[in-house]
Amino acid sequence: MAEQVATLAAAEKVSLGRQLPWYVDVWVRLWKEKPLGTFGGILILLVMLAALLAPVVTQYDPIVNDIPQKLKPPDAHHWLGTDNFGRDMFSRIVWGARISLYIGFGAVALGTTCAVIIGIVTGYYGGLLDSIVQRFVDAIMAFPWLIIMLTIMAVLGPGMNNVIIALSVGMLAGNSRIIRGATMSVKANLYVEAARCIGAGDLRILLHYMLPNVMAPIIIVATLGLGGAIMAEASLSFLGYGVPPPAPSWGGMLSGSGRRYMLVAPWMAVFPGIALSMAIFGFNMLGDALRDLLDPRLRSNG
Amino acid sequence: MTQYVIRRVLLIFPTLLIVTLAVFSVVRLIPGDVATLMVSEQGYGADVEAVKHMLGLDKPWHEQYIKYMSNVLRGDLGTSLWSKRAVTEELSLRVPVSVELGILAIGVSLCIAIPIGVASAIRQDTWPDYLGRSLAIGGLSIPGFWIATIILVLPAAYFNWSPPMKYQPFLKDPLANLQLFILPAVIMGIAMSASVMRMTRAMMLEVLRQDYIRTAWAKGMRERAVIVRHALKNAMIPVVTILGMQLSLLLGGTVIMESIFNLPGMGRLLIDAINWRDYPVVQGVNLVIATAIVCMNLLVDVTYTYLDPRIRYR
Repeated sequence: MAEQVATLAAAEKVSLGRQLPWYVDVWVRLWKEKPLGTFGGILILLVMLAALLAPVVTQYDPIVNDIPQKLKPPDAHHWLGTDNFGRDMFSRIVWGARISLYIGFGAVALGTTCAVIIGIVTGYYGGLLDSIVQRFVDAIMAFPWLIIMLTIMAVLGPGMNNVIIALSVGMLAGNSRIIRGATMSVKANLYVEAARCIGAGDLRILLHYMLPNVMAPIIIVATLGLGGAIMAEASLSFLGYGVPPPAPSWGGMLSGSGRRYMLVAPWMAVFPGIALSMAIFGFNMLGDALRDLLDPRLRSNG
Repeated sequence: MTQYVIRRVLLIFPTLLIVTLAVFSVVRLIPGDVATLMVSEQGYGADVEAVKHMLGLDKPWHEQYIKYMSNVLRGDLGTSLWSKRAVTEELSLRVPVSVELGILAIGVSLCIAIPIGVASAIRQDTWPDYLGRSLAIGGLSIPGFWIATIILVLPAAYFNWSPPMKYQPFLKDPLANLQLFILPAVIMGIAMSASVMRMTRAMMLEVLRQDYIRTAWAKGMRERAVIVRHALKNAMIPVVTILGMQLSLLLGGTVIMESIFNLPGMGRLLIDAINWRDYPVVQGVNLVIATAIVCMNLLVDVTYTYLDPRIRYR
C-alpha cells in the first residue's frame, strides 16, 4: 500500500512533505520569489541592527557638545564628519535609528491597533454604528495628514510620545477603512454564520474568526505604515514640530543647522538623508512584496 | 444611479458638520493664549481681558461656534487676528499658488507614472519592471525636503546658480512663474508618482489577461494599438480614484515645498497662523481645505460610478 502511494505521488510529482505554517511560508516565499522585497528586508535589518548595537558600534556621545571638533569633514576619527556643535555625525545617525524605529513602531502599534478595533467592530456590526463612525472617519480623512499632525503637535507640545500620538491619529482613518473592507468580506463567509449557529458569542467570533482572517491586510498596512511613519516623523521634525533637539532625530538633522551649514559642511545634511531614505525604502519595498505575496486582491488598491 | 448620487451628496453634510466642529474645537485647544501673545509681543494694550473681549474670545464656546457658523454660511470666514484682513482675502491670494503647484505636480506625476506603469506591466518580472518599480518606490521613499535642500544649496555652491525666489503671478509673467514652480512641482510629482504607477501597473496586468486583449492579439493588431486603444482605456478607470486620493496628500505636501521654496501658498499661511495662534486663519484654511477634499472625494466617487457601468446598478 505504501509503495502504491509513493509511486502514485512520484508519478504526479506531488510533495509529501509537511507544509509550513503561513507566517513562516511568507518569508520563504519572499526570499525565493521577491528579490526586491528581500533587499528591502535586508535594509531594514541593517537599520534595526544599528539601533540595537548603537552603544557598541559608536564611540562618541551623540548629544554632548564638543565645540573644538566642530564642522570637521569625514576622516579617520569621525567617519561621517562632525556637526556645528562638534558632535560625531556617525554616532548621531546610528543613535537616530533608535528614535526613528521607536517612533515608527510605536506609532504603527498604536495606530494599527486602533484601526483594527474600529475596522473590525464597524465592519462586523454594520448598521447605524457603522454609518456614524464612518462619518467621523470621513471627517478625519478630509484633512491632509500633515495638517492633522501639525495641529495635534501644536496642541500637545513637543516630545517623542506626542509625536507617536499625532502619527497614529494620522494613520488610523485610512487603515481602518481597509480593515473594515476586509472584515466585511470575511463576514460574508459561511463559517461565520455557522459559528453563530452553534452559539458562539460576538466576542468569540471577532477574536477567533474575524481577526485571524484579517491578519494579511493588517500586516501589509503595518509594514507600509512603518515607512510612512518614519517619513512623517522626519517631515514634522523638519518643520520644527517633531522631536525636539538635542535628540538625534534624522529629520531634525536635515532642517535647521543642516540647512544653514549646507555650504560649509554638506555632510551634515547628506548623510541623515541617506539614512532616512534607506530606512523608508526598505519598509516600502518589504511592504510592497508582502502585499503581493499575502493578498493579491489588495494589489489593485495601489 | 441618480439615487446613488443623491445619497452620496446627502452623506457629506454630517461629515462637513463634524469637520467644522473639529476645526473649531481643536484650534481652541492649542495652548498659548492669543490674547496674552498679543499683549506681550505687540503691546495691544495692558489688559489681557480687554483684548479677549475685543476679539470675542471670552464668550462660551458654543456661542462662539454658532456665531462662527452663521458667519461662514454667509461667506464670512472671519478676520485675521494679526493682520486685520479678512480671511477670505488672505486665502484668495494664496489659493491660486497652492492650486498651481498642485496641478503641476499632478501633471508631472502622471507623465512619469503612466508610461512607467504601462512598461512595467508589459514586461512583467523582467529587469525593466524591477527598475521601474524601484524608481517609483525610491521616489516615494526619498524625502522631498531633503532633495529640495540639496538641489537648492549644492548648485549654488558649485555652479553659482540658484533658482528664482520671487513669486510672480502666472498671468503677469508666465515664464518666471513657471521657472519658480517647476522644481517644487517636479519633486512633489516624483513622490506622488509611486502610487499612480503601482496602480497603473496592477490594472494593466489585470486588463492584459482579458479575453478581448487576446482577441486583439489574435487578430494581428500591432502592440501599440492593443496597448493604447484597448488596454489602457480600461485600465485607467481606477487610476481616476487614485488621483482623487492623491489630492489629500497633495494639499498636505504643498506645506513643506512652500516653506522651502518660499512660495506664498496656503500651507505657509497655515503654519504661520499656527505659530501665531491666529485662530480665524487656522480655522478658515482648515475649513477650506477639508471642504475641498470632501467635495473632491464626492466628485471622484460619482465619476467612478459614471465611468464603470458595472458599479452603477449595485
